[in-house]
Amino acid sequence: MKHAFAALFAIAHREALRFLGQKGRLVAAIVRPLVWLVVFAAGFRAALGLSIQPPYQTYIQYETYIVPGLCGMILLFNGMQSSLSLVYDREMGSMRLLLTAPLPRWWLLACKLMAGSVISVLQALVFLAIAAAYGVSVPWFGYLAVIPALFVAALMLGALGLMLSSFIRQLENFAGVMNFVIFPMFFLSTALYPLWKMAEASPLLHDICALNPFSHGVELIRFALYGQLAPVSLAVVLGALAVFGAAAVWGYDPARGMTARKA
Amino acid sequence: MIRAALIACLAAAPAGAAEIWVTNEKDNSISVIDVARMEVIRTIPTGERPRGITFNSDYSRVYICASDSDAVQVMDPVSGEILHDLPSGEDPEQFVLAPDDRHLYIANEDDAITTVVDVETRQVVAQIDVGIEPEGMAVSPDGKYVVTTSETTNMAHWIDTASRKIVANTLVDSRPRHAEFIHDGAQLWVSAEIGGTVSVIDSATHAETGKVRFAVKGVHPDLIQPVGFAFTPDEGTAFVALGPSNHVAVVNTETLEVEDYILVGRRVWHMAFSPDHKWLFTTNGVSGDVSVIDVEKREAVRSIKVGRYPWGAAVRP
Repeated sequence: MKHAFAALFAIAHREALRFLGQKGRLVAAIVRPLVWLVVFAAGFRAALGLSIQPPYQTYIQYETYIVPGLCGMILLFNGMQSSLSLVYDREMGSMRLLLTAPLPRWWLLACKLMAGSVISVLQALVFLAIAAAYGVSVPWFGYLAVIPALFVAALMLGALGLMLSSFIRQLENFAGVMNFVIFPMFFLSTALYPLWKMAEASPLLHDICALNPFSHGVELIRFALYGQLAPVSLAVVLGALAVFGAAAVWGYDPARGMTARKA
Repeated sequence: MIRAALIACLAAAPAGAAEIWVTNEKDNSISVIDVARMEVIRTIPTGERPRGITFNSDYSRVYICASDSDAVQVMDPVSGEILHDLPSGEDPEQFVLAPDDRHLYIANEDDAITTVVDVETRQVVAQIDVGIEPEGMAVSPDGKYVVTTSETTNMAHWIDTASRKIVANTLVDSRPRHAEFIHDGAQLWVSAEIGGTVSVIDSATHAETGKVRFAVKGVHPDLIQPVGFAFTPDEGTAFVALGPSNHVAVVNTETLEVEDYILVGRRVWHMAFSPDHKWLFTTNGVSGDVSVIDVEKREAVRSIKVGRYPWGAAVRP
């Protein structure tokens, strides 16, 4: 038991060091959503107000709408980056060291996932603080309620990354992940536009957005920011976490997963 | 949780069973909003196209301008029954009840007259010729002057209530729609819908002494059309509805500077404070709802669905 926690702290420590060591990544993680908030959202400002939809109780401006989606963006990018660093670890050999630890493999993966998610949540909170300074704020209790929502969504997206990392052989494939996972997930979600807006464009797009687990992560965060629970979104996020997590454990299983085939 | 927080806030204030009465222009009805619960608790049918609405001083009667019925209706606010109609002249839009609780001054939009009705005898006492399309009505706190603004003549007409004659006219910007006295009657504020301004007029000289101008970030100036407005009890702040710009401006009454703009529903017309002045309810014509503004924080906290084209608003404590 003691051993298991030692592993957790060691992995979290390494994750934190890696994150802090990469100043560029730290800055990028915050600047990316800020550019979206300040530049992209400004173009769609909707000075005359967007229609009311839950959890909002009155008219809002686009900046207010987009903030939960940008939190989701932070979690998505960081989840992918931190999980895909495993690909790098595998290439450099440090993964072998990790995987030889006399602990169940799923626990090691869970440690990696939790460590990455904590960093995702911290980034999102920093972003929310900057957004509040910029003028987009929520009730104070929203900042507390959003923490578990951010964490669950971060776990789900990190698990997706873990699952993918078990299939990816080389780090160069990150561009492919960007094009085929991150962008479609982000754009085909409720992060940038409400669902009814998508329905106006095409029913198919609406259905894809409604099924996208990332949408549910964003909605979970959106409702939590106003102190409300989105039960369906929570269920979808937890379900996706279970599926991605199980697939990742399977993928890293030396006897069955992709690693076996490679070896 | 937000609701819980709101209720907690309200529980702290002695809100009682205060209500906001809103006239729905296209639904021919009044929506009654419970201030504490912030929801519609009653819908009362009225005459056609109800617009102006006001209570008498003891809140035992409510007067409603039913514009297309060409009548001012008198309602018992408890039962919601219309007791009788007052003769009002054609197309009454706004009106004001004199401090004597007896004389109602009604703007007849189509006839270019202001009609004076005695609510006790139910007789027209006088009809005063004013400019074209009279709309805004105000009475000075001492009851000596009544002001009618005419939308097409672009004037505020000062009527001496004793002689029932116009004693002065003040030219304001295009399409004046609403007028209110402030500072114990020393100043008159008049909003000009097309001009996009609010004129501040000195009551002694009947001359304009200042002007409030508006600019909402990202909104075309043509959409900034000031209509209804209301003052906080200390008269330090005015809230001005800016029509199709969907914003309410917060104006410092000393400097005449706009301090804030608050996003509300579509085409905001008029407004009413809750009795404790913590909340301000604005009628949003096109979106068919009423936005609730937290007066202290200067932000809209929610919007309540009412009937179609809500127009006038009055508080019933």
